[in-house]
Amino acid sequence: MKPAPALAEGFPDLSGMRIAREPHWFRWLSAALIILVLAAIARAFANGQIEWSYVSRFLTAKVILEGIVNTMVMAVLAMALGIVLGIVVAIMRLSPNPVLKTVAAGYTWLFRGTPLILQLLLWFNLALVFPTIGIPGLWSARAVDVMTPFLAALLGLGINQGAYTSEVMRAGMLSVDIGQYEAAQAIGMGRLRALRRIVLPQAMRVVIPPLGNEFIGMVKATSLASVIQYPELLHNAENIYYANSRVIELLIVAGLWYLLVVSILTPLQMLLERRFARGTLRLAR
Amino acid sequence: MTKPLVAIRSVAKNFGEFQALKSVSLDVWPGEVMCLIGASGSGKTTLLRCINQLATIDAGGIWLDGELLGVRQQSGRLHRLTEREIGRQRLKTGMVFQRFNLFPHKTALENITEGPLQVQGRKLDEVRTEALELLRRVGLSAKADWYPAQLSGGQQQRVAIARALAMKPMLMLFDEPTSALDPELVGEVLAVMKELARSGMTMMVVTHELGFAREVADRVVYMDQGAIVEQGRASDVLGAPREERTKAFLSAVI
Repeated sequence: MKPAPALAEGFPDLSGMRIAREPHWFRWLSAALIILVLAAIARAFANGQIEWSYVSRFLTAKVILEGIVNTMVMAVLAMALGIVLGIVVAIMRLSPNPVLKTVAAGYTWLFRGTPLILQLLLWFNLALVFPTIGIPGLWSARAVDVMTPFLAALLGLGINQGAYTSEVMRAGMLSVDIGQYEAAQAIGMGRLRALRRIVLPQAMRVVIPPLGNEFIGMVKATSLASVIQYPELLHNAENIYYANSRVIELLIVAGLWYLLVVSILTPLQMLLERRFARGTLRLAR
Repeated sequence: MTKPLVAIRSVAKNFGEFQALKSVSLDVWPGEVMCLIGASGSGKTTLLRCINQLATIDAGGIWLDGELLGVRQQSGRLHRLTEREIGRQRLKTGMVFQRFNLFPHKTALENITEGPLQVQGRKLDEVRTEALELLRRVGLSAKADWYPAQLSGGQQQRVAIARALAMKPMLMLFDEPTSALDPELVGEVLAVMKELARSGMTMMVVTHELGFAREVADRVVYMDQGAIVEQGRASDVLGAPREERTKAFLSAVI
C-alpha cells in the first residue's frame, strides 16, 4: 500500500507557463495570394472599357431610385401574398380532408413545375384568353385595363412564391412535437385554434431562416418582371442604357443596389429570429 | 344513489393488428383516486387517451358525467360528434402528460391562462388571479414569468398540472406523470398530486410509483394485454394479489 497523500515524482508543475503563439504560416501565404488576385482583377476593371463616372452619376439618378422603390414594393407585397397563400396551403396539405389535400398538392405541383418567367408572361397576356373579366351581372372590365404590369407581376410572383412557401411552412409545422397538438386539444382547443395559437408560433422559429432566404430570392426575382414592363430596378436601368448605350455601367449600378438591399435584409432577419426564439434561449436572469 | 363519474363499457381499441384494449369495462366514482398499473403496452395509457378522446374507440362506450363521449345515439345508430362538441366534452377532463407538453413559447403563467382565455373566453384579470393562485398551490409562485426551458422537469410538470386544473375539470387524468423525471424530482410532483387527491378531485393515474399508489389510491387496477386482470383496494392488489399475472408483475417491479 502506498501512503495516500503523497503524489508521484516526475510530473512537474506546469501552472504559470504560457502557451506559445502558433505561427499560422499557411494563413499568411493564402491571404497574400488572394490579395494579389483581387488586385489583378481590380486593375483589369480599372483599365477596361468602363466609364466609372457614369456609374457614380446614375447610382442616385431619379429613375434608378424609383426603380429600387418599385422593386422593394413588389418584393414585399408578393412575399406577403406568398406567405398568406403558403400558410393556407400548408394547413390544407396537413388537413385530414382528402379534397383539400389534393387541391393543395395540385397547386404546389403546377406553380413549382413551370418557369416563373412563363407564369409572368401568362398573367400579363391574360387578356388574350379572357378579353373581359368580371362577376356576371355585377361588374366587368376589359382585361387589358385590369391586368396592369403591377398586378400581373404581383400575381405571378406571389402565387409562385406561395407554392414554395407552403413547403417551408409545412416543414415548420411538422417540426413541432405532436405532444403540442395533444396538449392544445386537451385544454379544449380545436384544430385551427391549436394551429394559430400553439403550432404556428413555434413553427415560425424554424421557418424564418428559409423564409429569409426566399425573400432575398424574391427581391432578385422581381427583376424578371422587367419582361412585362413593370418599372422595377433592372427595367429602368435597361431603359437608360437603351438611350445612352452605357450597358455595363448601368448593370453595375443595378447590381450595387441589389447588393445593398440584400445586405440590409440579413440583420433584419436576425432581429426577427430573436423575436420568435422566445422561450428557447436560456436567458440570463 | 350516486352515479359513477366515468362509466366505461366493453371498450375496444385497435392499432392496426394490435389490440390495445379488449372489451374493458370500469366505473370511476366521484372523488375516487384510481391508479392504473401494468407493463408498457398493457393498454393503461390508451384507456386514459380514450377518455380524453385523444384516441377514438373502436367499440363500446364511455360515459363521462352521464354524457356519452364522442358519439350521439340517434335512430338506432351512432353518429360522430363534431370537433367543437368533442372540444366541449374535453373541458370536463384535465390531462397531464408524461412529457409535460408545456407550450415552450409561453411563460408558466401564460401556459395556465391560455385555455381559460382562448377557449373559455373568460376575462383576463379574473383568469390571472386564479392562475397565480394555482401556481401558489403547486409551489411555483416565484416562477410565473419563466419559460418552460428555464424550469426543471419537476417544475414543468407542476405547471402542467396547474394548466390542467385551470380549466376546472371534474376528472384529472395523469399519464405516467413522473416517468420522465430525474429521481430527485419525483417527490415534488407526487406531493402536488397527493394534495390534489386530498382536496377531493377524482383522479385516474397511470403510474409505476407503487408507493404513491399504496398511499393515495382508493383503488388499484392492474392491466395486462389490453384487459383488466385484477382490481381492488391498494393494500389488497399490491399486498396480497390473487392473480398469478399480478404477482409476476409486482415481483418484477419491486
